[in-house]
Amino acid sequence: MDDAEKERQRRQRMRSIAIAWILAALAVLFFIVTIVRLGGNVANRPL
Amino acid sequence: MADAAISVAAEKIETGAGGDVADYIALMKPRVMFLVVFTALVGLVAAPEGLHPVLALASLICIAAGAGASGALNMWFDADIDARMARTAARPVPRGRVTAEEARSFGAVLAVGSIVCLGVMANWLAAALLAFTIFFYLFVYTMWLKRTTPQNIVIGGAAGALPPMIGWAAATGGISLESFVLFLIIFVWTPPHFWALALLRTGDYAKAGVPMLPVVAGAGATRAHILIYSLILAPLGMAPAIIGLGGALYAAAAAVLGAIFVVMAFDCYRTREGEAADRAAKNLFGYSVLYLFLLFAVLLVEHGFSIDGGSFVSLWAS
Repeated sequence: MDDAEKERQRRQRMRSIAIAWILAALAVLFFIVTIVRLGGNVANRPL
Repeated sequence: MADAAISVAAEKIETGAGGDVADYIALMKPRVMFLVVFTALVGLVAAPEGLHPVLALASLICIAAGAGASGALNMWFDADIDARMARTAARPVPRGRVTAEEARSFGAVLAVGSIVCLGVMANWLAAALLAFTIFFYLFVYTMWLKRTTPQNIVIGGAAGALPPMIGWAAATGGISLESFVLFLIIFVWTPPHFWALALLRTGDYAKAGVPMLPVVAGAGATRAHILIYSLILAPLGMAPAIIGLGGALYAAAAAVLGAIFVVMAFDCYRTREGEAADRAAKNLFGYSVLYLFLLFAVLLVEHGFSIDGGSFVSLWAS
């Protein structure tokens, strides 16, 4: 494997990791926003 | 010979390996993004109806992503111009780190994602304003005005002026006189800010074929335009104090900052020869950034810390 291919793979890996972090952060953000929007109503449901 | 081979190999890696994460961050124009987020934050905080801190933070993230989308789409379309200008030649697309198509896809995904998320997390008026901002910046400013008229940044400045209205709309679900005044301040501030920069980069813009005012009308006319806009901006900066959006602290800050702006614009108008002329334009450009930042920072402090010095009008009337 030459240097160019190694560098390409390294950058591809860094981009993939960044996308993974962003997706995880978005999932957490959506969860928190949902809880905030529901407010007290989150407990107001039949058990 | 060996050096040449290494250089060629390095160039190959540079252009063939795809972009780094840092390149994608650069595509979003982080410095512009900061000013957009900051002015949107002021719109959010100054609005009479408070937004839950989590929703406010989520809205600001969406607005930041929308600004980033505009930057990436601008770099996609303007890659040819950027490559010919010293100021922009190191951007990821002209350097070959990211292809124009990658920049376009990145920008498009960010644009759609930021608009939908803002609509879901805040409200659909704020999302519509964000969509209009991206549309206006890409289609009206970048694709049309920038290459055709010296009034490009006058009209195109509307895109950069909208963030406080988006922030206000995210908090209140509406548009008001107060948010429109914040829009107007940035709208009138934009031409002298960019023309001061254009005076320093006239050769660059001419080489790239961008009809900026100094290229088309000359440095003298540009300096006159800067002065005229500054004379409009200084009193306009007082408007929030007059309509009750800003208090006494804001009124004092706007008066002093506006007066300094006019003095510096006059210095730029008067000093036309040699290094002193460049220095005057450079000083004005630097100060214009500080002016807008401080003006909005005072509003942020007044509303964020609930400093109520009384409106300018009520103080004057009493």
